[in-house]
Amino acid sequence: MTTFVQLLFAGVALGAIYALVALGFTVVYRSSRVINFAQGAFLALGAFMTSWLVLSENLPFWAAFVVGALATGTVGLLFQLCVVRFAIGRPEFTIVMLTLGLAAVIGALLPTLFGNNPRGNGDVWGSSAVRLGQYQFFWVQVWTIVAAIVVLLAYGAFTRYTRYGLAMRSAALDPEASMAVGIPLRRVYATAWFIAAAVACVGGVFLGGYPNSVNPTMSNIALIAFPAIILGGLDSPTGAIVGGFVIGVIQELVQGYQPQHAPWLGNDFYLIAPYLVMILVLLFRPYGLFGSRPAERL
Amino acid sequence: MTGEPPPAAGALVGTGVDSAVPVPNDQAQPGTDAGQAGPRADRTVGSPAHAAATSAVGRPESQPPSPSGTPGVPPAKRPVRRVRWVTGIVVAAVAIGLPFWVDGYWRSTFAFVVIAAIGALGLDVLTGWTGQISLGHAFFLAAGAYVGGYLGTHFSLTAAIWIPAGGVVAGVLGAVTGPAALRLRGLYLAIVTIGLVYIGYYVLQTWTAFSGGPGGEALPAVTFGSWNFANGVRFLGHTFTKNECYYFLALLILVLAMLYVRNVTRSNLGRCMVAVRDRELAAAVLGVNVARTKIRAFVISSVLAGVAGALYGSFLGFAVPSDWGLILSIQYVVMIVVGGMATLWGPVLGALFVVGVPALLQNVSTTLTFLQSGGAITPVNAANIVFGVFLVVFLLLEPRGVVGLTQRISRTVVHRLDAGGRRWGVRYR
Repeated sequence: MTTFVQLLFAGVALGAIYALVALGFTVVYRSSRVINFAQGAFLALGAFMTSWLVLSENLPFWAAFVVGALATGTVGLLFQLCVVRFAIGRPEFTIVMLTLGLAAVIGALLPTLFGNNPRGNGDVWGSSAVRLGQYQFFWVQVWTIVAAIVVLLAYGAFTRYTRYGLAMRSAALDPEASMAVGIPLRRVYATAWFIAAAVACVGGVFLGGYPNSVNPTMSNIALIAFPAIILGGLDSPTGAIVGGFVIGVIQELVQGYQPQHAPWLGNDFYLIAPYLVMILVLLFRPYGLFGSRPAERL
Repeated sequence: MTGEPPPAAGALVGTGVDSAVPVPNDQAQPGTDAGQAGPRADRTVGSPAHAAATSAVGRPESQPPSPSGTPGVPPAKRPVRRVRWVTGIVVAAVAIGLPFWVDGYWRSTFAFVVIAAIGALGLDVLTGWTGQISLGHAFFLAAGAYVGGYLGTHFSLTAAIWIPAGGVVAGVLGAVTGPAALRLRGLYLAIVTIGLVYIGYYVLQTWTAFSGGPGGEALPAVTFGSWNFANGVRFLGHTFTKNECYYFLALLILVLAMLYVRNVTRSNLGRCMVAVRDRELAAAVLGVNVARTKIRAFVISSVLAGVAGALYGSFLGFAVPSDWGLILSIQYVVMIVVGGMATLWGPVLGALFVVGVPALLQNVSTTLTFLQSGGAITPVNAANIVFGVFLVVFLLLEPRGVVGLTQRISRTVVHRLDAGGRRWGVRYR
């Protein structure tokens, strides 16, 4: 029972990070109809910048966190303004290739600027933990969950109660009609990229917390988060969040139990468990749990 | 080297409705496989809906369809034909002569380029022509490499058996996974095929008897009878080095594969693929068997991937599971997008770009002092940054890829030749 609760908690913490990454994917998908392969690079970039601000520039952690998120968001914004904007209307795979190009550039810049060695994320919790009876929870995991919930709620409130949120929803539904009623699409899309990159930074900082570290390979987490967005449906923020938590919990439980109960499955089974779940779901619901099936006109 | 048969494509687009009459094809459309395609293909393909789709989405011609109304007969432009012949001969000469002009580093790079071109051609059939976005190509490459290696090592077979066997096994895997992909569209399919890569990685890590596990596995060199590519081959009084052997074998396979893909894409199946890509629902309504077309595309694609993988693994000589990750898949997608999708030469030019440009950058950057070890930036990272920027700029400026670029250039050339070559001071007519 102890193990189960611990694993469940670790799974929810991991799922919170997946949910943040998946939310970033969904926001970009709804604005540009592409999968942003640079999402993992944004995540690593944000983690590195925050870590650098704290450890080298001696900023307080929270200030560094905010500055890092804003800076990462600005990178996403600039990418939309300088590159993606000119490719709108091209085949979707051209834009996907553009994000791959950005991922290659960021992936090579990070080790150049910050070195190849793993570094701390500069947070204030380290390896400290809170004890509740027989259970032990790392503070960084507790705060991961809190931060994810805050970000997700803030995003939900933003889309529901603000003018730009309404504009984003409208642009996702029908770009042409939105333009016709005077919604500034370019600004809306720029906002979407800013949000996606800033959210990725939040995920990156918490991913780099104990027992992990900030290193260039952390961008791979975005690839493992793919089942989360597919499970939920590419165009549904709710789906992304639900998918993220489900995938995180499944992965931690498999990693915790499979070596004892099914050792014949080998060491890396937990890596493909999310993908197997995803394939199973897609066989029955080809557009994910919450995704919308596009109507087609002949 | 437009990589295109402009008269045939022009004829099809220009006379979509006319060619629905199945009789005069053989005379009317020189250059198409009209005989093979048969009446059924014509009914499917020559429909107005399809013609519209092709002209909207399809490949650009290097000359406009004939306005004269004579169906299928291209306007007589001798310079066009002459330019095509000249470029063809030049390309063949360069392809054959290349290994003799360059040093060992570039010989091995070009061998990798040609091997990659085979695999990219396969992906182009699936993604370019059929419109099924796949990021699982590395899975089929790995299948070909390890099956080929296993047969070569444990059964001491000749490469004449295990290279095709790698392709066949990969093809069977493609046929098995194809049906699972039938319900998925677009980017959903892309992500599920990423799952394929992860599953392949897991199998390679776990099934150590087959793949050597995480420690890796030595893959055998290509052998034909007494010829062993690892030791070099003496043939026609010239000793071919290992790099040259692989280069020429891959070149031979690439030429055969290109001929095959050229024929397939001009056949009934090829037109069905294009119809499925452009408008799946419309194609189904018009009688195209969508499921069968997709699965056939999957099989062709994975067979070519398997053959390329067998060659690639053998040329590497040693492989670990992480060699066959998502990065490899992505590189192949970059190849076909940069080269130009749904073209015969796109995958080749794309492979040249994706394999050749980083090799060039690394080669150049090792001579620059600030890139030396201890410098501000390592050569690999510098190459990656330049490659990423290059990719972005190139795609923004020339969305149709390298093939689009060469078409633009050759169109200019042809245009000037049509003007009598006066602008260059040359008279061709």
